[in-house]
Amino acid sequence: MNTDDSSWWPMGDGVLCNAASQTYPSCNTFTHALSFFNKIEGSQATARQTAELLRSVISQQRVPYTNQAGALIDAVKAIGEQLIAANPVELAVGNIVRRVLHIIREEDLSLTTAAIGGLNLSAVSDDENDDDRDGDSTLSAAAVAAAARSTLRPPSLQTLLEDTPVSAAVPQTSSSGGDSEGKSKSADKSSRSRKLKHDVIEAVNELIQDIVTCHEQIAEQAVEHIHQNEVILTLGSSRTVLEFLFAAKEKKRSFRVFVAEGAPRYQGHLLAKELVARGLQTTLITDSAVFAMISRVNMVIVGAHAVMANGGVIAPVGMNLVALAAQKHAVPFVVLAGSHKLCPLYPHNPEVLLNELRSPSELLDFGEFSDCMDFGSGSGSPLLHVVNPAFDYVPPKLVSLFITDAGGHNPSYMYRLIADYYSADDLVVQRRATAGN
Amino acid sequence: MGAQKKRAAAAAAAARVSEDPDDLARQPLQAILLADSFTTKFRPITLERPKVLLPLVNVPMINYTLAWLEAAGVAEVFVFCCAHSKQVIDYLENSEWFSQPNFTVKTIESHNIISAGDALRLIYEQNVIHGDFVLISGDTVSNMSLTQALQEHKERKKKDNNAVMTMIIKKSKPSPITRQSRLGTDELFMAIDPNTKQLLYYEDKADHSKGTICLDKMLLAENPSISLHNDKQDCYIDICSPEVLSLFTDNFDYQHLRRHFVKGLLLDDIMGYKIFTHEIHSSYAARIDNYRSYDIVSKDIIQRWTYPYVPDVKFCGNRATKLERRGICFTAFNSEIEQSRSAQVGSFTVIGYGTKIGSNSKISDSVIGEGCTIGSNVLIEGSYIWDNVIIEDGCELRHVIVCDGVIMKAGAVLKPGVVLSFKVVIGERFVVPAYSKVSLLQQPTVHDSDEELEYADNSSGTVEFSSIQGTADQSNGEMTSESSEAHKPKLGTGGVGYIWSICEGGQEEEWRHSVAPIPEDKLTELSEAMDDDQELVTQDRTALSTSGELISDSNASEGDDNEDSKDDSVYFEKEVEATFLRAVEENVKVDHVILEVNSLRLSYNMTSADCAGAVFYSMMKLAIKTPHSSAIGLLTLYPSPFSMVASNAYPIYLSGELQQNTANIITTWQKLLKSYLLEIDEEIEIILKFEEMCLESAKEFSPLFARILHILYDKDILQEDAILRWADEKEGADESDKVFVRQSEKFIQWLREASEEED
Repeated sequence: MNTDDSSWWPMGDGVLCNAASQTYPSCNTFTHALSFFNKIEGSQATARQTAELLRSVISQQRVPYTNQAGALIDAVKAIGEQLIAANPVELAVGNIVRRVLHIIREEDLSLTTAAIGGLNLSAVSDDENDDDRDGDSTLSAAAVAAAARSTLRPPSLQTLLEDTPVSAAVPQTSSSGGDSEGKSKSADKSSRSRKLKHDVIEAVNELIQDIVTCHEQIAEQAVEHIHQNEVILTLGSSRTVLEFLFAAKEKKRSFRVFVAEGAPRYQGHLLAKELVARGLQTTLITDSAVFAMISRVNMVIVGAHAVMANGGVIAPVGMNLVALAAQKHAVPFVVLAGSHKLCPLYPHNPEVLLNELRSPSELLDFGEFSDCMDFGSGSGSPLLHVVNPAFDYVPPKLVSLFITDAGGHNPSYMYRLIADYYSADDLVVQRRATAGN
Repeated sequence: MGAQKKRAAAAAAAARVSEDPDDLARQPLQAILLADSFTTKFRPITLERPKVLLPLVNVPMINYTLAWLEAAGVAEVFVFCCAHSKQVIDYLENSEWFSQPNFTVKTIESHNIISAGDALRLIYEQNVIHGDFVLISGDTVSNMSLTQALQEHKERKKKDNNAVMTMIIKKSKPSPITRQSRLGTDELFMAIDPNTKQLLYYEDKADHSKGTICLDKMLLAENPSISLHNDKQDCYIDICSPEVLSLFTDNFDYQHLRRHFVKGLLLDDIMGYKIFTHEIHSSYAARIDNYRSYDIVSKDIIQRWTYPYVPDVKFCGNRATKLERRGICFTAFNSEIEQSRSAQVGSFTVIGYGTKIGSNSKISDSVIGEGCTIGSNVLIEGSYIWDNVIIEDGCELRHVIVCDGVIMKAGAVLKPGVVLSFKVVIGERFVVPAYSKVSLLQQPTVHDSDEELEYADNSSGTVEFSSIQGTADQSNGEMTSESSEAHKPKLGTGGVGYIWSICEGGQEEEWRHSVAPIPEDKLTELSEAMDDDQELVTQDRTALSTSGELISDSNASEGDDNEDSKDDSVYFEKEVEATFLRAVEENVKVDHVILEVNSLRLSYNMTSADCAGAVFYSMMKLAIKTPHSSAIGLLTLYPSPFSMVASNAYPIYLSGELQQNTANIITTWQKLLKSYLLEIDEEIEIILKFEEMCLESAKEFSPLFARILHILYDKDILQEDAILRWADEKEGADESDKVFVRQSEKFIQWLREASEEED
């Protein structure tokens, strides 16, 4: 099956193909490329590339007979650290790294349970006795999780409470699981090792597929939210929002869109152009006119840069203003976000709430202001400061609804959704990175 | 129909085929990076480390250039190393640049290259450049996208094979007071065709005192419109066609990229090579040319104009930093610094990894490198402190550059503009005077200040070290322990290093190019001095902009030309006279004199009429001087009774003597004179010259004019036609001019009658 791997690999990255058994050099260039130029493509492309890179890392990793999951996790963590450090602002990278780690853990767990057949459970972990997933051991854990997500069945509070100690103790569990497995079923070893890798790669492929199709899955829900003759307000440009509006338009809904231009990058202009090209009635307004126009608006639909675990949103600058205006006039404020944008971190940490300060040249023309920045005359310190932050933080209380590829959710529900996607002990990838330095 | 379709398909195929070679020709983009500036502006630092490896906001400069080249889609970079080439190559080998997949870095090393021109000639010989390339020096910071400029360049090249270069420019206003750009370079004047963006004129060393620049009037005649800019900054990023390299090879005297190459191409209308410009608006590009631009570009980087090449975004060679909000603005921090709680770190400051800051220290607008130790009560303002510097308690640093490993003992003070080179030690409570440069190496004697290498190998001893003529002259410049003791008072107790003396006239330059802002008093002084000029200049400018007409300086330049030619002819006359006198004294053969005068004529670019005039003039002078100046020497030559007349006889010549003298000289040297009298015009020139002499320099001749004219006629030097034409020309002149015509009226009369008789 390893021969098939080459066909999965992304072609464009000759990097990945060059990489020998050790993938670190290739990662180097990837981080370099990721650090600025993928930004243009947006977090979806970044997430996809990250997932593809991790898949190639996994497929090239030589797994030992014992503690395979541990080896895979270490390899992914090592690469993940570098990827996150390369661009800490793009939270999607960290999200995908954590999700891949989660996938490895779940696959390992399901394999262990399948192999031991629920006989030796007490030796492996006593927390899984009451886990209903043990029953259907034929299904992979990821599939179970996916099924759980799709039915939107909330895990019981007990599971949630018990999950934390499990995952906190996972290094031990996985190793002990590996050890016990090694003792008991040595004949199975090679087939099992291949199976784990294979399953993980399958699951990562599913993840990539999810990322690719997230726009469509979100857009499918459009008709449920956009009604006839409504007025929708949006800010800046987001591919998700664009697809969402098109989907509603295709279902013969007729509505109007107000587009706030999104200074200083004015991506709203592009959005307006595309909306008009698809035959949508569009009105372009300045960002500062949002309050003036909000009373005519039925619903605000915006994209996000990242959704935090508390339901707060990191979004393009100016979004908080729109959210406040919406709250003032009791207009629903809807945020569209693919699941790769769900971040398991809380925004109390300044390292998480990183803002990206972009070049002042987006605000003003260097040539015109060059005399204001002539440090040669005067005190030598610049009198003109230009600050151009890229993101706003919108607190959860201002958000009415999140629409992800798994459906619509309240801000207060986000932490649960996130618990489905991530294991709690992977949250520290980033802190490990700094400690490792 | 079918046939038509087929033809259309064929045409389409043909079109595709014709496009294909283009696609094939789309080679990977190459770049030449000059890792040497071929100047000495960063001395004394560059004596020990090449300029491209100097840290700019804690990252060696060359990384900015390479990161940009990679991002701009350049596939192959040739790094040309000259000064300290080993250091550059070692650095690159240990960096990540050699391991990039789609980006090759190759080094070319040479030690005996002293200019950019030589470097390009060498690269041409190696035959490694195959298509268009980017020419850049290793001290350039940019974040522009090359795509558009490159495309424009290629399209122009397709249309016009002579469009060999596209120069990147950026708008940036120069300071009206100091007449220099914010980067500390001189104000730059460019004339650009607004439609084609062709560069027509480039002057970076304009004479500011006059407040005018001179344009060739042909520029105005040939181009329908010209826009003249002084608010553009040359980014020193050039997109060149391969022809540029061969041009450098053809013109072996091209050294400097701008001063020789660009100006050379602009002046040369035979080959017709053209240079175009591409202006960038939102992106950033600047070259670090001097300490001031080092300061300014550092601040631009901290202010994020160079985004994404900023301290907190990881590109090659920097460590992850994070931003912290300080007041309104941001400060970049590395994660592991030890900072005392009472230390105040202001905005726009970057602090490197592992640096310790003591209590009550104040730091603002500065860059501090890795592993520095800063004591308590230290004041650092607008300064650049590199790695592993130790600053003890109570030091004050304002607008200075402090290199690696410097130790400042407690209480030392650096005045603005000071540069401390590597490992200098400043003694306790020592105050280093403003704009001084301190190094462990002694100052080399300046042989050639203009185009000197920033290369000095102090172990080989090729550079002479001069004694220090600084503020304290205890030292004799000997590298003995005795003299190092003698140095102690120079940098305080325990201080190590030499203060470099500022070369004469340097004081003027120092404040222009240093890291320190221009002091207030200089500014007021300058603005007062410029006031009158300023008014005049602004008037000119407003006139220019309102009327839309260019006030051409062609008149002024013509005036200059006239003056020049006048000067030339005066020099020429003197030379000829000197030659002639020597010939007379040394009895040189007439043929040889002719040869010498001819060579003079060629070197001064004179006509034969000028020669005739000059020779005649010197003969006449000799005639006047003969009695007293070279009486003895002439005795043998001119055995005349009058040559023994005493030296005081000069003012009281008898007309007879002078006439006799003149006649003698003319007889002797008539061959010389005749060789220049090819046509009648030259003969007239002689008469006019003689006339002029009689009026001005040799009034003694005036009474003798007619007689000497007669002699000349007799000796066949002047033909009657010439004399007659001269007389005719003078007919319509003023009375004052006619004096000599009148004097010789009888002679002319006689000539006329004679010619009539002949008829």
